[in-house]
Amino acid sequence: MLPFPRTTLTDLRRKLLDHELSSAELVQQYAQRMQQVNPALKAFISWDTERALLSARQADLSLPLGGLPIAVKDNICCLGEPARCASRMLENFVAPYDATAIAKLRIAGAIPFGRTNMDEFAMGSTGENSAFGPTLNPIDENCVPGGSSSGSAAAVAAGIIPAALGSDTGGSVRQPASHCGVVGLKPTYGRISRYGLVAFASSLDQIGTITTCVQDAALLLQALCGYDPLDSTSSKQPVPDFSAELSRGVQGMRIGLPKEYVSSGNAPEVQTALYSAAKALESQGADICEISLPHTEAAVASYYIIACAEASSNLARYDGVRYGYRVEHSPDNTGDIYARSRTLGFGDEVKRRIILGTYVLSGGYYEAYYARAQRVRALVARDFNQAFSSRIQLILGPVAPTPAPKLQAQDMTPLQVYLADIYTVPANLAGLPAISVPVPQASLPIGVQLLAPHYEEARMLRGAEVLEKTLA
Amino acid sequence: MDTPRIDVAYIAELAKLELNDEEKERYTHDLEQVLAYVTQLEKWDTGTVAPMCHPLEAFDALRADIPGESLDNKAALSNAPEQLNGQFRVPKVVESAH
Repeated sequence: MLPFPRTTLTDLRRKLLDHELSSAELVQQYAQRMQQVNPALKAFISWDTERALLSARQADLSLPLGGLPIAVKDNICCLGEPARCASRMLENFVAPYDATAIAKLRIAGAIPFGRTNMDEFAMGSTGENSAFGPTLNPIDENCVPGGSSSGSAAAVAAGIIPAALGSDTGGSVRQPASHCGVVGLKPTYGRISRYGLVAFASSLDQIGTITTCVQDAALLLQALCGYDPLDSTSSKQPVPDFSAELSRGVQGMRIGLPKEYVSSGNAPEVQTALYSAAKALESQGADICEISLPHTEAAVASYYIIACAEASSNLARYDGVRYGYRVEHSPDNTGDIYARSRTLGFGDEVKRRIILGTYVLSGGYYEAYYARAQRVRALVARDFNQAFSSRIQLILGPVAPTPAPKLQAQDMTPLQVYLADIYTVPANLAGLPAISVPVPQASLPIGVQLLAPHYEEARMLRGAEVLEKTLA
Repeated sequence: MDTPRIDVAYIAELAKLELNDEEKERYTHDLEQVLAYVTQLEKWDTGTVAPMCHPLEAFDALRADIPGESLDNKAALSNAPEQLNGQFRVPKVVESAH
């Protein structure tokens, strides 16, 4: 299912500026590709070609992303377009405003085009928890593309859109990027406003980018970052010129390889990818140092308690009153509307997590689960602080312990699925930026991850650029 | 902590979810497995650390109290399952006096 060449934003921008093709022609070309492969691939839930063409005809090509179509995960609001979070709960929801990230894309000249499939409410890591059916992995259709930004990663990998936005609460940008062989970047918590991103776990959620190359990640990130008065958790830190820093290399850089990440639990091809990445960085002058992040093992337990607790609170808003699904024949009792609408509107995994979250917050359990998970979260964050304060500048690790699993791997329990998030959730718990870069493989794609201290995306992108160029 | 028992029916009621028997059984099984796993949090020494509720140490949560633009009535109601006279419509929530 890879009939289309991937093209970088940078190349497309040059073509637009050289008048090789117009932005409208570009949108038409991608619309045709979507029409051709999406019925099987299911990377997109919906797209509105007319609306995109309208923007394309008015595009200001002088802007940094002028005239370039960017796909958007279905949990980010674009004025006048559906934002369904791949859930029956929001099947008729049309966003009444633009998310700040979308407003910023438009200011940079980009054209939001297409709503990408996902695990319902971003809960899942295979893309299979979608009310619209699972997305296939375009590299191997028998495999999942990863999740929860399943459609964004599959669409970019299949060449049916040059770049996409995703969201990353516990790895949901980086892990599908790894499974599909594209670049997935989650910035520091607070770098990109969450206004208009449908809330899952507010202290962990962050919008991220999925692109075909590191340079495009820098370009897209530049447009998205910045303080937003509409999100009090967004950051006022200055935003550097990411593209200008990109080619500065890793000469003399100290890069930590945590011994907990080089685990016997990793598939052999993941270990191989990790070692070739380490070698590549070393060949360009980096100093690879073994480090220890002793609380790695505790991260998944802490993460699932915190994420589910926050989700149970955030998803309480879906009550069938102001928006979202309401049961057909409204019963007389308002309480019944809440329960019956929620019961029919939410899918299986969402209910499972709401119940877990409600339980850990309920009387008598709060201290034992939720407060303890938050303390362990502090330990996980402290591990990183200690590493970074001992002159480690970046951390290298795997993204997932295995390549993409098969579709409908029925033998996996929910717990086993959660445990595969071990390498991605720590960055969310600690609020750190992290990027997944593909390591070229003969078979299924595998990515490796670079993590950086808060607000050091520029340094992280330099490392990623070196990996991409050296491994190519 | 012993292997926890979770009263899924009661918790579902708190969360305003209705579960059938098959779901109750399945969620009980799944969640007990997850809870048994997370009891490992006990083994870490958290005596000296404060709960971390936010990934960044401090953020500027207060803004100047200046009224901004909001969604107008029509936009705010645009996704309402039921509406009447510019308001969300729900069944009667107050018993009539006898």
